Amino acid sequence: MEIKPLVLHYEVSGDNFTGAGEASVAMKRELRQMGFDANVIRRAAIAMYEGEINMVIHAEGGVADVNVLPDRIEIVLTDEGPGIADVEQAMQAGFSTAPDNIRALGFGAGMGLPNMKRYSDEMKIETEIGRGTTVRMTVLADSPKNSF
Amino acid sequence: MTSGQLTAAEVRRRLKLKTLCEPEGEKPVVSGYAGDLLSWVMGRAPANCAWVTVMNNQNVLAVASLCDVGCVICAEGAEPEETVLEKARAQGINVYASPRPVFELCAALSRLRGFAAEKGEKA
Ligand SMILES: Nc1ncnc2c1ncn2[C@@H]1O[C@H](COP(=O)(O)OP(=O)(O)O)[C@@H](O)[C@H]1O
Ligand SMILES: [Mg+2]
Repeated sequence: MEIKPLVLHYEVSGDNFTGAGEASVAMKRELRQMGFDANVIRRAAIAMYEGEINMVIHAEGGVADVNVLPDRIEIVLTDEGPGIADVEQAMQAGFSTAPDNIRALGFGAGMGLPNMKRYSDEMKIETEIGRGTTVRMTVLADSPKNSF
Repeated sequence: MTSGQLTAAEVRRRLKLKTLCEPEGEKPVVSGYAGDLLSWVMGRAPANCAWVTVMNNQNVLAVASLCDVGCVICAEGAEPEETVLEKARAQGINVYASPRPVFELCAALSRLRGFAAEKGEKA
């Protein structure tokens, strides 16, 4: 498999969460064309979607930068939202500050960050209250998580 | 290749589902997942599953597409709007509907030959 490095950039709008997910769907299409393994694509796409949704719901949007390398997909999600006060608490399965109207759409189960951790091979969160949040994830082409 | 592999269209026929859109009816369906909380679906739904849900908004499509589900089955008559179905068609997502409740649909799915009703079970 011959994979040429590729840099992708997406603006994630904060004012419509019905259409949210466009960046992830577009990235998935690119990865598929490049010939990555289906499990690798699935992990990267789901991890990115959860991050994209978080930027829309919690941070009024942001940007997604994806660096595709032959052996890994690096995803960086940057927003200028309110930041996360307690990252450890936010990472807990079921913790959510999402309002009811968002829950009615099926979001806000508090499983987004746990899913991102579960599907990526590496995840780092940098956040500052009032400044914003940057989530960095790496999905490796060769990983034991591919057999999930 | 065994001829016994279930497809989305075959599931639709056997369960007498209503076709809302079927752009890729030959997609394989080998297992199932039921749920409405999207993050749960993304965390747990296996690829090539029939996803049974009462959610019918546009976000269902992104989840179905990212998770590689074989078809979405809208239970309890919860049919998505036409604008949503148009997008599903464009994205190659099979969407079916049934007035039956989630539980009944899952029970019916589990009785199909070639369907893995339990995790780890071979289709
Ligand atoms: N980009 C972000 N900016 C601000 N807060 C965030 C962000 N991402 C996550 N959070 C906080 O972390 C919590 C948990 O996130 P997550 O696990 O995705 O659950 P959910 O999105 O369902 O609430 C959110 O409810 C929110 O309080
Ligand atoms: Mg979330």
